[in-house]
Amino acid sequence: MTDKPVLLTIRDLRIEGRSEDTWTQIVKGVNLTLHKGEVLGLIGESGAGKSTIGLAAMGFARDGCRISGGTIEFDGIDLRMASEAKRRGLRGKRIAYVAQSAAASFNPAHKLIDQYCEAPVVHGVMGRKEAEHDAVELYRKMRLPNPEEIGFRYPHQVSGGQLQRAMTAMAMSCRPDLIIFDEPTTALDVTTQIEVLAAIRDIVAQFDTAAIYITHDLAVVAQMADRIKVLLKGEEVEEADTRTMLAAPTQDYTKSLWAVRSFQREAQAEAGGTPVVSVRGVTAGYGPVRVLKDVSFDIHARRTVAVVGESGSGKSTVARVITGLLVPEKGEVLFDGQALPADYRKRTRDQLRQAQMIYQMADTALNPKLTLRELIGRPAQMYLGLQGRKLRERVRELLHLIELEPDEYIDRLPSELSGGQKQRIGIARALAAEPKFIICDEVTSALDQLVAEGILRLLDRLQGEFDLAYMFITHDLATVRAIADDVVVMKEGKVVEQGPKAEMFQPPHHPYTELLLSSVPEMDPDWLTRLLEEREAAKVG
Amino acid sequence: MSVLIPILWFLAILAASTAAAWLFRAAAVAIAPRNTARALRGAPLTASFGMFVIAVYLLVAILAPVLAPYPERAVIGSQFMPWSETHWLGTDNLGRDTASRLIYGARNTVGIAFITTALAFLIGSILGLWAATVGGWIDQVLSRFVDVLMAIPSLIFSLLLLTIFGTSVVNLILVIAIVDSTRVFRLARSVAQGIVVMDYIEAAKLRGEGMWRLITREILPNAMAPLVAEFGLRFCFVFLAISALSFLGLGIQPPTADWGSMVRENATLITFGDVTPLLPAGAIALLTVAVNFVVDWQLHRASGLKE
Repeated sequence: MTDKPVLLTIRDLRIEGRSEDTWTQIVKGVNLTLHKGEVLGLIGESGAGKSTIGLAAMGFARDGCRISGGTIEFDGIDLRMASEAKRRGLRGKRIAYVAQSAAASFNPAHKLIDQYCEAPVVHGVMGRKEAEHDAVELYRKMRLPNPEEIGFRYPHQVSGGQLQRAMTAMAMSCRPDLIIFDEPTTALDVTTQIEVLAAIRDIVAQFDTAAIYITHDLAVVAQMADRIKVLLKGEEVEEADTRTMLAAPTQDYTKSLWAVRSFQREAQAEAGGTPVVSVRGVTAGYGPVRVLKDVSFDIHARRTVAVVGESGSGKSTVARVITGLLVPEKGEVLFDGQALPADYRKRTRDQLRQAQMIYQMADTALNPKLTLRELIGRPAQMYLGLQGRKLRERVRELLHLIELEPDEYIDRLPSELSGGQKQRIGIARALAAEPKFIICDEVTSALDQLVAEGILRLLDRLQGEFDLAYMFITHDLATVRAIADDVVVMKEGKVVEQGPKAEMFQPPHHPYTELLLSSVPEMDPDWLTRLLEEREAAKVG
Repeated sequence: MSVLIPILWFLAILAASTAAAWLFRAAAVAIAPRNTARALRGAPLTASFGMFVIAVYLLVAILAPVLAPYPERAVIGSQFMPWSETHWLGTDNLGRDTASRLIYGARNTVGIAFITTALAFLIGSILGLWAATVGGWIDQVLSRFVDVLMAIPSLIFSLLLLTIFGTSVVNLILVIAIVDSTRVFRLARSVAQGIVVMDYIEAAKLRGEGMWRLITREILPNAMAPLVAEFGLRFCFVFLAISALSFLGLGIQPPTADWGSMVRENATLITFGDVTPLLPAGAIALLTVAVNFVVDWQLHRASGLKE
């Protein structure tokens, strides 16, 4: 690879971000060299500066950011010195960008193919007719269904995975020399992710395009990149060939990233007695659409039941039925053997207290205008009648439990916390009610791996201390492996398989469970190639 | 030369305003408690100027009896006397001191406008937040009723209601407050609709929170920024509406001093090239501009824009 000519050189790049009228460095002197046709993986936690560097490679800085030092040279053009008009000429034509959320990046008011044709026509690469023809060709290459027809749909009429592929096709429209992929598969299910990864890899190889692949998922970057650069807080930790990096990381930080998936909960004793929560034959939906079809499972004290499935499988709807936000058509939810009123408004305060919920997005689950004191204190005040000094003591105790220093944090607002800390507050709020049962709805999916692991360890410890029963909704099988006792696999509103974790991860599997399990990326850089070959072989056979 | 003089005047006023704004901000930062001071330090000069003007108006309104050289309603000379040492701005059509009436007018016009706006916000925002939170038929009934009220031009509607119920100060406040609360209702409802779908509202409902707490503690603090901005704008509109009604003879009734009716009473002087009748109008304009400066700043802060 390295014998090819150099395409992009970044030297001593410094980028500053503004907060409260002072500029602070968020990228502190990063060097980067990219050859033609080479894929470089940028990995790190959020805040490492990955996306900022990715954008800087186009000579662009986000609002509130500025490039304060260093040089960015793209194919002999100094992007920092070049005029805005010249940079604009390069963007989209020779350097393209694929954003994390295709759904948010497409203009919902225009058809996919119109958006596809815009760049080539504006940049004068080809005419409209030609561009349309080309779009169909690339849609086919990206293995989109009905390539002739799909371009004439609006963004909301295609699925997330298809949209992400359409976006990649769009980035390819001018046959750029460099594409920047900013977490293109993070928002997708594992089974969809595979298709997108395979399509991206093929098309990049086919057109010999260089790429910067930004992600926080090591297993993904292992499949995609030729070289990997690890970043931490705006500085480079190390850089090496993918295989070398995976086999022998030299820095401690890299090793810690590699070791994240090692957390494994101790096995729990077999379940016995009355289940804390029992979902019995629940059929539910929104209007005429049935989302759940005859769903039944039990959750016992001190045990964690993981409900797994892709988006749209109905796993969050189960949570809505249990909490009483959605009244089921058929079936019921038992709590300690007693039937719960289907509507939460008909439940007693004590019934509400016993079942708490932790949300996926701590950002929207915590009222941004309330201090932690009130956020955490309110359930204790409401359900347990604590007042004044007792309430204050309780809040401090809860903050201790979630490993935050009370004196420092008690009067902060959620906006003054990091993502992981916010999620901890969500946990503290649930604990404040002193419940028996907590629903965790994708609590770690918005977090970096290191932070997520901390949350899982905390939840595990609390379960032991307070004899909690958890229902863990997730699409991440690594999380299931780490924390679950029992697993419920859902697909299209039905439970396809359920049982103790040990059994679920042992063959024979239900075909759908098999598909899910095999789709989880592994660190082995040959994993994707092998998997695709195996699937191809199975199809032929 | 004759062109230069207005320009010089303009520059002098601009310089004086800037200096006043700067001094006012410096003084405010020094006096205010720590958190407020930090916010004030970031205020642009336009906002400081706005706050300075509002502060002056408030002082004038509160200290009117001390500041005014003559009583509000006393006839102290002949009609339409020119500006002089004893009568700074001359006298009006009945021989009352214009400067004194201008000072008392601050009290009446600004005071009534403030009470009216506050009332409009109390009614409009509570109903709006409630409608958005409850939804269903209550929301439908309230919203459609508000639509009907909004379909009638507000000035004509106020005129109509005032003719029916009579022109007392209480009626004036109630009529304008109710007419204006429909606009506040609309804003509060649409802002709250974006908030009630958040997870923290769901969490509060699942916790078993009552409607009142849901509205006041969970929704209102998050809807505050647009509502505060609207309060400033609404205050200007109410202010102008009162002045317009007074000018038409249906607002604040004589002999109470009011800027709107002062313009009308002395309008004849304009034909003689005298600027005195325009001074109350200028007072209205200045306050409107000042309030909008402050509102702009607050909006900017609330939107979290950096540039």
